Amino acid sequence: MKKFLTALLFAPLMAFASGGVHLDTWPGSVSDKAGLQNGAKLFVNYCLNCHGASYMRYKNLTELGLSEQQVKDNLMFTADKIGELMRVAARTDEQKAWFGAAPPDLTVIARARASEMGSGADWLYTYLRTFYKDDKRPTGWNNVAFDNVGMPHILWELQGTQVMGEDHKLKLEVPGKLSPADYDKAVSDLVGFLVWMAEPQQEFRKTLGYGVIAFLALLFVVAYALKKEYWKDIH
Amino acid sequence: MSNEGKMDCGRRRLVVATAAVGGAGAVAALVPFVSSLLPSERAKAAGAPVEVDISKLEPGQMMTVEWRGKPVWIINRNKDMLETLPKLADAVADPKSDKKMQPEYCKNDTRSIKPEIMVVVGICTHLGCSPSSKFKKGAEEGMGGDWMGGFLCPCHGSTFDFAGRVYKNKPAPDNLEVPPHVYLTDTRILIGEDKKGA
Amino acid sequence: MAAGNFEKYKSDGSLGGNLLEWVDARFPATSMWKGHLSEYYAPKNFNFWYFFGSLALLVLVIQIVTGIFLVMHYKPDAALNANGVPVAFASVEYIMRDVPGGWLIRYMHSTGASAFFIVVYLHIFRGLLYGSYRKPRELTWLFGVGIFLCLMGEAFFGYLLPWGQMSFWGAQVIVNLFSAIPLVGQDLSIIIRGDFVVGDATLNRFFAFHVIAFPLVLLGLVAAHVLALHETGSNNPDGVEIKANKDENGIPRDGIPFHPYYTVKDIVGVVVFLIVFSAVMFFAPEGGGYFLEYNNFFPADPLKTPPHIAPVWYFTPYYSVLRAMVWNFFGLEAKFWGVVGMGASVVIFAFLPWLDRSPVKSIRYRGPIYKTMLTIFVICFFILGYLGTQPPSFWGEKISQVCTLFYFGFFLAMPWWSRMDKFKAVPDRVTMK
Repeated sequence: MKKFLTALLFAPLMAFASGGVHLDTWPGSVSDKAGLQNGAKLFVNYCLNCHGASYMRYKNLTELGLSEQQVKDNLMFTADKIGELMRVAARTDEQKAWFGAAPPDLTVIARARASEMGSGADWLYTYLRTFYKDDKRPTGWNNVAFDNVGMPHILWELQGTQVMGEDHKLKLEVPGKLSPADYDKAVSDLVGFLVWMAEPQQEFRKTLGYGVIAFLALLFVVAYALKKEYWKDIH
Repeated sequence: MSNEGKMDCGRRRLVVATAAVGGAGAVAALVPFVSSLLPSERAKAAGAPVEVDISKLEPGQMMTVEWRGKPVWIINRNKDMLETLPKLADAVADPKSDKKMQPEYCKNDTRSIKPEIMVVVGICTHLGCSPSSKFKKGAEEGMGGDWMGGFLCPCHGSTFDFAGRVYKNKPAPDNLEVPPHVYLTDTRILIGEDKKGA
Repeated sequence: MAAGNFEKYKSDGSLGGNLLEWVDARFPATSMWKGHLSEYYAPKNFNFWYFFGSLALLVLVIQIVTGIFLVMHYKPDAALNANGVPVAFASVEYIMRDVPGGWLIRYMHSTGASAFFIVVYLHIFRGLLYGSYRKPRELTWLFGVGIFLCLMGEAFFGYLLPWGQMSFWGAQVIVNLFSAIPLVGQDLSIIIRGDFVVGDATLNRFFAFHVIAFPLVLLGLVAAHVLALHETGSNNPDGVEIKANKDENGIPRDGIPFHPYYTVKDIVGVVVFLIVFSAVMFFAPEGGGYFLEYNNFFPADPLKTPPHIAPVWYFTPYYSVLRAMVWNFFGLEAKFWGVVGMGASVVIFAFLPWLDRSPVKSIRYRGPIYKTMLTIFVICFFILGYLGTQPPSFWGEKISQVCTLFYFGFFLAMPWWSRMDKFKAVPDRVTMK
């Protein structure tokens, strides 16, 4: 019966695939510092113009293995102090008028986009690679992972232009500056940065976790010996 | 079933061991809580060094900037003002600035890097009020005939000269604090940091 | 056995001894220590299930301490800041990023919330296994039901505070439940919100309830729960009253002093619990989207409902009961009966002491009927809980209706089926397994 109960307990935790799009698995890793640096560069160049990362300070970028001067020279365009938040230059109320909805803050987007279908990273990795031409949309763009998306394809120069074929598969109509493989790598780096930014201390959290559990294991040994010692009395 | 009497050695050792390991864990568990009381990244960002342009500061004038939520005065002292300083050596409590209320490079007669430009935190060393400026000499400021110009703290009446030195027999114990600062150019001062960069 | 007739402390002449004597003459220090710990006699046959009471107390302490530190940085403000994000939402991320150690404190609190319910559910289940609610412990049980209700309120109010999408829409749905109450419902839900929608006023009052009102009530109920327990003495896996068999000193033959025996045992339980707790907190603080729901990383947006909203996992069984009610009865609409069913599914636990008519307490001496009924009940509870996390569906509705029927049948028919079982003879003394 116990086993059965355990199975029931975890049943809801198992992946529940509801009818949605298939998400490609993000191939990157948050411990890839070079990739994260490249992702940070893509982020400030392409995303930060419209989207804020307003819980994040430029100073945090030094954790990617950059010096404060490097961050200032290469990644800070709209702020002048390293301790400042990564705000967006445009005002949210103006953006709301232009786009219909203010572009969401991206600091924790990688956590928000997780679902039963996959991690937030998987969703973002799929989303940023599946824009296609659609004349019915005001922006001229649509997306497989995010139907009727409000955002145009910002990275189209890099990826080129995709169209949706009759067979419901995407075809690259006009190649971009990057080859498909290089584009996937660039998007993977960008997603890596978004994942890292959503929780910059995530690697440290796990490291600390091992330490804490190792300590508790030691405490368990002592506490268990103490319990045994006292319970000798009880028959 | 009293245990104090018959507690044997092995048992006592285990109690001590568990208490020691558990106590160490409890202390370690305090770390996040105590550190959360320290200034946050936001507070640190707000307390970051401030850059000030003093090119428009005329001789005899004073400007106030905010650094770490405190007023910092920058006074461009004219010749008259500077001349008062040596005369007051006997009237002030710490004429040679022996107490550590300034960085090493400001421990001099004018308590400044450049003789004219005084940079000082405008917070009275008594109980933290901000003194007001009484620059005019003598009775004009209502300070009595021998007043040479300087600052008066409105809370408890401490007086300071143009180098922020406290007069003798006043409630304030120390001279006003000179913050760390550095000249980036001839007319730009960075307050809050000694070295250039960052 | 409860605090009372213990001799006052007599100093041995040392400084510490004199101080203790002075205190003890003015405050029941010795009698509280002895009455509740060193001379509180607990049955010696407690098993695994008896850890969860003290663990619940531990989690309560964790929640209070971490809560105090979170309140130092959190801001209950629904207004948008300069970056277009609600201040409350931004202040949580401020805790996660800018406050040194803040992320750890916040994860302790969010993991603690789920841990609290896991521990309390297991604690309640222990009561069902061994008949801990039976005479003479009915009041202990009632205080416990009060604690559980209070905990649900505390969790509900607290869940609004991060001001994410799930916070907002969860509160929106639950507050609207009250509008189902005939005549006064609409006004009642406006009084609860303090606005026509869930807004800044709601956030501020929920904050007040979460950080002061409910914790105060909760602490009072916990004290009452423990005091009532120590008045009657603890039950045990055999359901034998150990006070019925005392030695010449008036000490139960099957009792052992809580301190040191159960303190050292509970320390082991605490350490094991902390290992599991840490494993979740450090390696999966989101709990697979069940402890921290993914959609709650979007700030609250009153104009956009997330595609699928579900309550946090610990509320889902009752939420399923709510959704299972789809018929209009007696001229009142289904929405009303849903609310009634949801409320009743929690409150009905309070009647257990009087519904259960079996001659024995513990499942060890009950027959196959109770074992079957309890097993099906637990299965129904899990199914209801699972369905509550899922979007509404045709089969989901049918299954939840069957489970709801059994859920209430378990309680309401208990006076009959609990008597019909094949019982085993209960021993005079507890058994050590």
